[in-house]
Amino acid sequence: MSDDLDTLYQEIILDHYKNPQHHGLRQPFEAEVHHVNPTCGDELTLRVHLADGLVKDVSYDGNGCSISQAATSVMADLLIGKSVEQALTIHQAFLELMQGKGKVAPDEAVLEDGVAFEGVAKFPARVKCALLSWMAWKDATAQAQTAPTQNQAARIESAHASSRLTSQTKTQGDTND
Amino acid sequence: MTLPGLLPDLEVIRKDFPILERTLAGGHRLVYLDSANTSQKPQVVIDTMVDHLERHNANIARAMHQLGAESTEAYESARDKVARFLNAPSRDEVVFTKNATEALNLLARTIVLRPGDNVVITEMEHHSNLVPWQLACERAGAELRWLGLTDEGHLDLSNADRLIDEHTKVVAFTWVSNMLGTINPVSDLTARARAVGALSVVDASQAAPQLPVDVQAVDCDFLVFTGHKVCGPTGIGVLWGREELLNDLQPFHGGGEMIETVTMERSTYAKAPYRFEAGTPPILEAIGLGAAVDYLSDIGLDDIHAHEQAITTYALEGLQSVPGLSVLGPVEASQRGGAISFELEGVHPHDIAQVLDSRGVAVRAGHHCAKPAHARFGVQSSTRMSSYLYTTAPEIDALVEALHHTRHYFKVG
Repeated sequence: MSDDLDTLYQEIILDHYKNPQHHGLRQPFEAEVHHVNPTCGDELTLRVHLADGLVKDVSYDGNGCSISQAATSVMADLLIGKSVEQALTIHQAFLELMQGKGKVAPDEAVLEDGVAFEGVAKFPARVKCALLSWMAWKDATAQAQTAPTQNQAARIESAHASSRLTSQTKTQGDTND
Repeated sequence: MTLPGLLPDLEVIRKDFPILERTLAGGHRLVYLDSANTSQKPQVVIDTMVDHLERHNANIARAMHQLGAESTEAYESARDKVARFLNAPSRDEVVFTKNATEALNLLARTIVLRPGDNVVITEMEHHSNLVPWQLACERAGAELRWLGLTDEGHLDLSNADRLIDEHTKVVAFTWVSNMLGTINPVSDLTARARAVGALSVVDASQAAPQLPVDVQAVDCDFLVFTGHKVCGPTGIGVLWGREELLNDLQPFHGGGEMIETVTMERSTYAKAPYRFEAGTPPILEAIGLGAAVDYLSDIGLDDIHAHEQAITTYALEGLQSVPGLSVLGPVEASQRGGAISFELEGVHPHDIAQVLDSRGVAVRAGHHCAKPAHARFGVQSSTRMSSYLYTTAPEIDALVEALHHTRHYFKVG
């Protein structure tokens, strides 16, 4: 069983957990979302900055287990600098890996460090941990892509909503701004 | 190992629970420390339910044949058993529901609130004794108030006289906290409610498994608990209420079996308990619950409580030997029940539960449906171990050892 545990907690995952990449909430951004996992209470605030068809930045702050925190870090590392189109392809590949019940072999050329999550797919209770940030990113990206002028307003409103929900999160975000 | 207070026949009792023989992945013996979530089931409950399905199954109260009579008799005798378990003055005061949540929703839906009224709850409520009252107050334009908590995890009663006032219609509170473990002063709270003419509602979901529950001794108006935490099956809960109060409430669900007579224009309603048991009830589950409460009563709730206290004392000592571990709620076993929530510095509860599970130790991780209580202590989520009458000291040792291993695995400290 501890072999199984090691397939879940790959060294890469533990590294990202201890040293999260691209952590913090940054400017500029076109959309900010706040996603929660209602079962365990994990929370994530995530911002995306898109320009010229590229994912210019993914910034975030949140609270969660090693799997959800590491997934966010790996995702940000993977997506920043990619075209939105490429990023959506990577998103799809990660989703298929997670929903594959351990029967889908990951493509390292596409997922890079994301392949470390292969073992997570065998633990149904943890799949939602790994997907929290990816779902948040997709949501934020969709919001950023639709009606950029409306987004300006939505962004302000959502930033306010988020500061009500997680004032701690917001404070830290502000110092990083 | 023998601790004072442990059930003398612990090994015999363990043999009543077939699941405790389970071996899990990796050859680990099950160490089940999630009984506050749901308890395991003794053979007598399993056998009673199987026997009913194999030999007596029929609908109740409507089937004019021998099986119907047997089924009705079994269902109604389960009501007698629950009435004895609660020391209820009348069997007609025992209403079967789907679970404790439904029982609380029934009350929150049928107790009449008006603008200007208030409902007083506590900050340590399970969401099931919180959300229904939020909804009820929103519907009625009534005010929701709550008693706060002290840093030690007790109810803060310093402003109780101000909160519970002449406009208070309901005082609803848990007897034992599912997160902090705290045992609340039930009789004191019911007396405060009575003094202002308010109804008292006691959530005994965590108390009924491990304490003697006597509705007359605590002098409450309503009390609820769920079957699956007292060694019974899921799908069955109990609402107990004073007969005159139950008969004063409007019906909750309309349908078959809850009526006196029906015309196309209007209906008149049966008295409690049938008033609140519309439709075919969970017959099998009620019968299983009857067997379960008899099983607990045969062992004795005083002895079960002493066992829980002994295991809790031992567990509190063991947990506090783990570096970086902090217990939420009272650290005196005598002031608490058998659920102990804790934090382990540097490791998220999900990850703790995962590593523990890899060694066969089953605990719960999350907010335990008590988000406000977690927020009160600045905690997002926690890990919770919860023992029961079948828990042994070596199982606590296995938990503590697995927690040391967890720290090592995540390279903490």
